[in-house]
Amino acid sequence: MITVAIDKSAEDARPWIEAAKPTHPSLTDTTHVLADLYNLVNVPTILWIDERGRIVRPNDVAFGTDTFKHITGLQAAAHLSALRAWVRGETTALPEARIRALQSLPTEDDQRARAEFGLGEWLFNQGRTEAAARHFARAGELAPHDFTIRRGTMPMRGIDPMGPQFREMLGAWVKAGNPYYRPLAE
Amino acid sequence: MTENRRFTVIDDGRATELDEAEGIAHAKRAETSGRPVAVDRDERAAYLGVSAAERAKALASLEAPDFKLPDLDGRLHSLSEHRGKKILLVAYASW
Repeated sequence: MITVAIDKSAEDARPWIEAAKPTHPSLTDTTHVLADLYNLVNVPTILWIDERGRIVRPNDVAFGTDTFKHITGLQAAAHLSALRAWVRGETTALPEARIRALQSLPTEDDQRARAEFGLGEWLFNQGRTEAAARHFARAGELAPHDFTIRRGTMPMRGIDPMGPQFREMLGAWVKAGNPYYRPLAE
Repeated sequence: MTENRRFTVIDDGRATELDEAEGIAHAKRAETSGRPVAVDRDERAAYLGVSAAERAKALASLEAPDFKLPDLDGRLHSLSEHRGKKILLVAYASW
């Protein structure tokens, strides 16, 4: 297992990593390197990668525990048992055509949003927070489904990512007919 | 004579300081070549991203894109150093 915290600084992730005392690599990604490479639009997102370095389960939503089940409606057990079966070699991976059908690939607006995020993140770290906030807002307009941008930049805009502004954003998103999370169909 | 104004171009995660006219021209060329570019003329900075076509092609190959990211001690880890093992890659956040 490799975990990656998509956070504005390593310090934001530190309390969780130190409490978990993991033996696996526990990495931090403050510039959305992983989000850009893998088209991540929210957390948690998981992928399975086989011994040859091939993606055998594309971006999926899975929780390790049922802590957020009351909010997300997602249970940890289904993914955990599928994962165990794959690790033990009891199941074969999905056919490649099926994996590709399940993938969601980035659009030009997604990548423009990531460029706006990148400029905003750089400006933020230069202390130019007002300019940064403009680019974060622009990024969110280009990719409204990208919560790594819309919610993930809240701490860099002085907004509580668990607070009323997040709930308002999520409420409007869901009311417009969009799901909070999109787990794979299988 | 006025001092040349500087312009920062961030490409592949690295920031380079250029002369303002040169920096703007550099960003324009990247945009013409199909890359997503975010520009802030007032802040004199541009970020050059990677095109959707390039990212989509890499993902659709099913070859997991390699990355190097730091742990809490700043030590870099890459995905490729774990070749030969099954990997569960988990992205999460404190938010």
